Amino acid sequence: MSEFFAQFAVPHPSTLIYIAMASIVLGSIALVAIVTYFKLWGYLWREWITTVDHKKIGIMYLITALVMLFRGGVDAVMMRLQLAVPDNGFLDAQHYNEVFTTHGVVMILFMAMPFITFFFNFLVPLQIGARDVAFPRLNNLAFWLFFMGMGLFNISFIVGGSPDAGWTSYFPLADNEFSTSVGTNYYMLALQIAGLGTLMTGINFITTIMKMRAPGMTLFKMPMFTWSALIANLIIVFAFPVLTVALAMGTMDRLWDTKFFAIGDGGMDMLWANLFWVWGHPEVYILILPAFGIFSEVISTFARRNLYGYTSMVWSMILISVFSFAVWTHHFFTMGQGAFTNSIFSITTMAIAIPTGVKIFNWLFTLYKGKIVVTTPMLYALHFIPLFTLGGVTGVMLAMSAADYQYHNTMFLVAHFHNVIIPGVVYAMLAGLTFYWPKMFGFMLNERLGKATVWVMSIGFVLSFIPMYITGLDGQARRMYTYSDAAGFSTLNMVSFVGAGIMSVSFLMLVWNIWYSFKNSPRDIGSDPWDARGLEWATHTPIPHYNFAITPDVTDATSEAFWDSKKNGVKLFKGEIKDIHMPNNSGQTFILSVFFFIGGFALVFSMFTLAIISLIGILACMGYRSLEDDHGYHIHKEEVELIEKKYEKEGGAK
Amino acid sequence: MKVNMKGTLLSFMGLGAILLAGCNDKLAVLDPKGPQAQRQADDTMLLIYLMSGIVLTVLAILVFMLVKYRASKQSPDYEPPHIHGHWLVETIMIGIPVIIVIFLSFVSVKSNYIVENVPQEYEDQEPLVIYASSSNWKWHFSYPEQGIETVNYLYIPAGRAIEFKLYSYGPITSFWIPQLGGQKYAMADMVTTLHLAADNPGEFWGRNANFSGRGTAENIFDVTALTQTEFDEWVTEVHETAAPLTEEKFDELLEPGHLGKQTYTGTHLEFSPAPEHNHESSDEEDEEDHSSH
Ligand code: HEM
Ligand SMILES: [Cu+2]
Repeated sequence: MSEFFAQFAVPHPSTLIYIAMASIVLGSIALVAIVTYFKLWGYLWREWITTVDHKKIGIMYLITALVMLFRGGVDAVMMRLQLAVPDNGFLDAQHYNEVFTTHGVVMILFMAMPFITFFFNFLVPLQIGARDVAFPRLNNLAFWLFFMGMGLFNISFIVGGSPDAGWTSYFPLADNEFSTSVGTNYYMLALQIAGLGTLMTGINFITTIMKMRAPGMTLFKMPMFTWSALIANLIIVFAFPVLTVALAMGTMDRLWDTKFFAIGDGGMDMLWANLFWVWGHPEVYILILPAFGIFSEVISTFARRNLYGYTSMVWSMILISVFSFAVWTHHFFTMGQGAFTNSIFSITTMAIAIPTGVKIFNWLFTLYKGKIVVTTPMLYALHFIPLFTLGGVTGVMLAMSAADYQYHNTMFLVAHFHNVIIPGVVYAMLAGLTFYWPKMFGFMLNERLGKATVWVMSIGFVLSFIPMYITGLDGQARRMYTYSDAAGFSTLNMVSFVGAGIMSVSFLMLVWNIWYSFKNSPRDIGSDPWDARGLEWATHTPIPHYNFAITPDVTDATSEAFWDSKKNGVKLFKGEIKDIHMPNNSGQTFILSVFFFIGGFALVFSMFTLAIISLIGILACMGYRSLEDDHGYHIHKEEVELIEKKYEKEGGAK
Repeated sequence: MKVNMKGTLLSFMGLGAILLAGCNDKLAVLDPKGPQAQRQADDTMLLIYLMSGIVLTVLAILVFMLVKYRASKQSPDYEPPHIHGHWLVETIMIGIPVIIVIFLSFVSVKSNYIVENVPQEYEDQEPLVIYASSSNWKWHFSYPEQGIETVNYLYIPAGRAIEFKLYSYGPITSFWIPQLGGQKYAMADMVTTLHLAADNPGEFWGRNANFSGRGTAENIFDVTALTQTEFDEWVTEVHETAAPLTEEKFDELLEPGHLGKQTYTGTHLEFSPAPEHNHESSDEEDEEDHSSH
């Protein structure tokens, strides 16, 4: 019995972990108490957990992403604190390894991914004039699978131990022989479950965009964000199955001693590296393309001009998506594949910089002859351009394979990818968050605080990451928990720590801004507070659950339908209000996901009976669903008219 | 706010440039002591200049646009035009990056063949072969020609090409001596080759640069380049003073942990050969492998 419980204990406990455990337990109790006290269980179940409304699902992704941003952020500060001075004893090697592994996984998969998925969900149907996504219930399932994967990963550090083999989880290090806790089991299974959700999202949004565009919206009239979403989701559908297979093989290696990647008996560690990056490189483009889409919306809105070079923007994204599958070897130029192979991948990698460069110039020329207003979202975009360029050109440096022998595995690499991911993805997400906040919640975030946040964030960013380029060239390898004073890069590491501190302040400012604006911002802002351009702004605020009372017709409009309707008198809503067909909520998807969670947890600890029980549960749910008749319901014409009238009276009109 | 913004952006960039320029001659990678590292440092400097040019161009255009087309500078009734694109602008915008990438491709391919082969200056003599294998978290250096083995330190003759044969007794590691040249992976199931050379006698440091578990940070070694005569003297001395490396002793060394510097006569290659076969190895070879355990 005690043996059974012993396996759930954390193998390397520390005060920090005990504090975390205590605060998680207390936090959960408090949460349950509050929800019970205010009798919110029914509300949560009806309005959120079972919802098939793409906007609400989007907001659930958003909340998850923001929470994970803070969880990953705490890890980041701990790492910078550990490295701030030489020979620091704050974290030992094992903890440092667990922290950077968790940080990487959380930030890429459980922060950036849900953040972009929030935008897919919230924006895509609105931008294409649809009532919902193609498969609303699948959308709910995708969220809950993602959420369960996230949850499973996050309990690892209080139940059984965190993964410690890096977010890349290279074998044989990730094998049982060298990673002895169940941490890497969590990694394999949590990513698998969340990845299934992502794959569903991919299929769902490709279908939505291909099939549900408003009348008159040809592909080349789609708003830029929708384009970026389409391409990112295509990449998802091609890349994620590779991850699925790799994780399945990795899981088998760990649970059943197969030897796909292990040392001996023909196992190939290089196979893991290849599979991982065949998914991993496209993955970074899954993140950056939607970010580009958001910046395109923001920049054209606040330059008060149409996007320059729309067609070349689209084609460069298509090129990037194809090329992103042909460069993965640049993550291990140093694996000994020889000059010829490295040359090929060096050239394909640098080629990606060309369409990326085209996009940067397009944004710059969108400013040309514009009437630029610097709002908070725009300020993010304006900081993004030079900072991301810097990240891009250092990417080109890394792409020079022979020179990469000197940069690989150093802080130079760490500086590069943060230099693209933070100004690229994180800034885009925060710009988009600020931009669409009034559409979601009916009030604006404070502009003064918002702009100050951007500045503090950029100063923190520069102080935090620019020094890493230098220490990298001076020989500071990445993922090392300590260094000696003699190494000579302690000053720069201290600068970096200060920068990380400043960045954390900026994130706290963001939280403060949300709270402050919630308390103080005016609510009578109408439905188009930024004087924006896309169809998503042609809705009421808050958006009724059917989105558009009348399906918009954009035959006479450009890709900026709303702008055309405002400035050129193009009529978008022709025809009259009719009955609207809507999908029903469903709780089955949530229950199904809970079975996935239990099954995943059971497999982490090799509790096969429990795993089989949850498998039966999963199959039962699926069987039930396939026999069920569910035709959705209708909102009747009269009801829609009533709702629309109310909006007109209250001034939230379009 | 406006001036402030330009100023800050510029100072961000300036900060980077100054820091880089300031440390230029001290940074390990930019202080090469051998032909391969020299090539990599030259490429790096070329890239830094070229890439700074690109960043500054983008920044200059951005600042220009912001100064010229700010709403506050324009009449309230100004309506920005609808511009789709212009063939000339787009040709330039695509053309310049294409030219840069083509140029860099040539440089890159050339450098690849340089760093993957015996350094040109030292082609006239046979390279010295050293097997460098890692085990958690140590480096074992076998000199088959000299019949000696060291742990965690490396003596090499200056002015002669060294051919490192890399492999690992555990997780993937990466063999790296920044001042002599960039790194390469050491893996359990294959041997990779890295060509390095030191131009003059001197002392350097090397490390495992690839994360391989708890002891990675201390997975380091010292490198000393000697004259050929000194090197030969050292070899003789080792043969006179060091103990032979037995199989039991070697198995003991493989235990996870850290060790200081050690020296032996003989090499472990004799009883535990490097995995110098490819993956489609014949059954015969596999059997050999097993019988040797
Ligand atoms: C101009 C375009 C880019 C080029 C040429 C480029 C090039 C590279 C190269 C060659 C590496 C491998 C370096 C090494 O391991 O030694 C790398 C790593 C990386 N890049 Fe980029 N990159 C570009 C854009 C991006 C973007 C847009 C993102 C993210 C949104 C990104 C994220 C990453 C990440 C996460 C890694 C390293 C992951 C790891 O090893 O943990 N890169 N990049
Ligand atoms: Cu990549």
